[in-house]
Amino acid sequence: MTPVNAPASTRRSKRVLPGFGLTMGMTLTYLGVIVLLPVIALVLKGAEIGPARFFAIATAPRTMAALQLTLTAAAMATVFNAVYGLLMAWVLVRYDFPGKRLLDAMVDIPFALPTAVAGLALSALFATNGWYGALLEPLGIKVVFTIWGVAVAMSFTSIPFVIRAVQPVLEDLDPQYEQAAVTLGAHPFTIFCRVIFPAILPAFLVGVTLSFARSLGEFGAVVFIAGNLPMETEIASLLAVIRLEEYDYNGASVIALMLLLIALLLLAVSNLMQAQALRYKGGGS
Amino acid sequence: MSITIRNLTRRFGQTEVLRGIDLEIRSGELVALLGPSGSGKTTLLKIIAGLDWPDAGQLTVSNEDWLAKKAQERRTGFVFQHYALFPHMNVRENIAFGLRVLPAAQRPAEADIAGRVAKLLHFLQIDALAYRFPAELSGGQRQRVALGRALAIDPEVLLLDEPFGALDAQVRRDLRRWLREVHDATGSTTIFVTHDQEEAFELADRVVVMGAGRIEQIGRPDEIYDNPATPFVARFLGLTVELPVVVRGGRIEAEGLDISALTLPAHPDGPATLFLRPADIGLVPDPRGSYRVTELSSTGALLRLRLEGPADCSIEVETPRRLGQNLAVGQTVLLRPEAGQIFQQAAPRAIAHAA
Repeated sequence: MTPVNAPASTRRSKRVLPGFGLTMGMTLTYLGVIVLLPVIALVLKGAEIGPARFFAIATAPRTMAALQLTLTAAAMATVFNAVYGLLMAWVLVRYDFPGKRLLDAMVDIPFALPTAVAGLALSALFATNGWYGALLEPLGIKVVFTIWGVAVAMSFTSIPFVIRAVQPVLEDLDPQYEQAAVTLGAHPFTIFCRVIFPAILPAFLVGVTLSFARSLGEFGAVVFIAGNLPMETEIASLLAVIRLEEYDYNGASVIALMLLLIALLLLAVSNLMQAQALRYKGGGS
Repeated sequence: MSITIRNLTRRFGQTEVLRGIDLEIRSGELVALLGPSGSGKTTLLKIIAGLDWPDAGQLTVSNEDWLAKKAQERRTGFVFQHYALFPHMNVRENIAFGLRVLPAAQRPAEADIAGRVAKLLHFLQIDALAYRFPAELSGGQRQRVALGRALAIDPEVLLLDEPFGALDAQVRRDLRRWLREVHDATGSTTIFVTHDQEEAFELADRVVVMGAGRIEQIGRPDEIYDNPATPFVARFLGLTVELPVVVRGGRIEAEGLDISALTLPAHPDGPATLFLRPADIGLVPDPRGSYRVTELSSTGALLRLRLEGPADCSIEVETPRRLGQNLAVGQTVLLRPEAGQIFQQAAPRAIAHAA
């Protein structure tokens, strides 16, 4: 029961953890220097060329083709990761089997592996004389130098996001919800759809969003397997690099800005969906 | 729906959680499973619901073998200790869940479901909460919703696991009375688990006292209260004062004890243990008494005393404060037990309590 007119000094000393000013200051400074300033610089760089030229570069056929390929491949990779990542998280949480811990550790390999190594390994596997390529070739499926290759590389490097986002939430899910559903007559598939999935949906959305964002920006693994043919298998980040090497700073920053815009839009949509999925916690006690 | 349980056993690894349970529950009865934690009462409840499976034994409900049935087919209404309401569904959706997940052929039309939910909301006196989410409800309200969800499927058997465990005292008392009314109105066979004897005795038609995986006693509340069948039940029901006595020629003999007020069933001769409630012991100040008051404290209504007796035995006694005005530390007294139970040489406390 603090008196309303308590002196400021005693109110300050009420904070339980010391160091708020220092830690908050460092956090904001770092955020400003490392994240905010570069983004502002990018926006300014893009803005200085004027809307007409910006629009011209953004809608140039090669830019459009690169963006379209990047988005399509990232969407394909994300759909695959969403399904497979959920499955993998489910297996890792729900069942006990020999080698479970090893499998769990392997999930992090795509994060730990330098992306160039991943790209090299994938293109060797999927090349027409590689293990997978040799099998797929007779079926008329070509992966290397096509959008499929791009999607495979993106999926490989971003799948841990979905697994690692869903796993802890699934682990913490109280088994009583499922038991309650069982006594009420619900069968396993119904329980998954109506009880378990809604509970993990927010985390799942986070994982899927991060996976998509990472796929959009994936560079190292993709350039090895894509073949990088202009207008066909050239991803947006690579086009930005090419523009930069041509000393076309404006062209590079326009492409970068477009990617940034897509990523921000994605984050906004994902946050809205999460808020929607979590609305029941609103009045929470 | 009458329930018959025969020789049910359940083991978790090395631990025997249920060691041969035999129990008969009549249709429409309200039965309490009473026991300390670890006595196996919740496991027994879960086996009846189909959420756990016994290693051996039989479970028959209305002449049907329930061990051959999946939990989904048993139609038991189970109310969980922490309610387990689906957090992403509002109250109506929670209550309607059991109807919505029925196979399409048996599922009522959406309008019928809505009507049934509305009726239940009204019956449970929670109409106003229909569109709230569980996170927005108090403990007592959640309890009512959980019961509503269980009742929606017209359960053959209603099972409640520590239904009042997580509530504060006032809400507890209200809900207890309310649950009795619900039981009487629905006529379902109801079993609830509790570790609170007052709750079990007030609410149940019959009480099943469990200890360490066995049924220690079955009976009507008063029967059990007046005549605990085993030392375990006696201790669990608060007969915590244990005095070594000798029975000779049908009479109890012990130093410093005035047993004139005590009526006990006949007991074979030999050493025995007399179990008493601390509040059932009268104290008569007597200079020749062999019990000496060593500690004395007041709780307002009661005086709590510690007495030291012959052979280093130390006991705790409670007496209404107005009757103990003349007591003081250092005084010697005579014990005059007014009610109690006698058992042949009871096992030492520590062993009987390990479970």
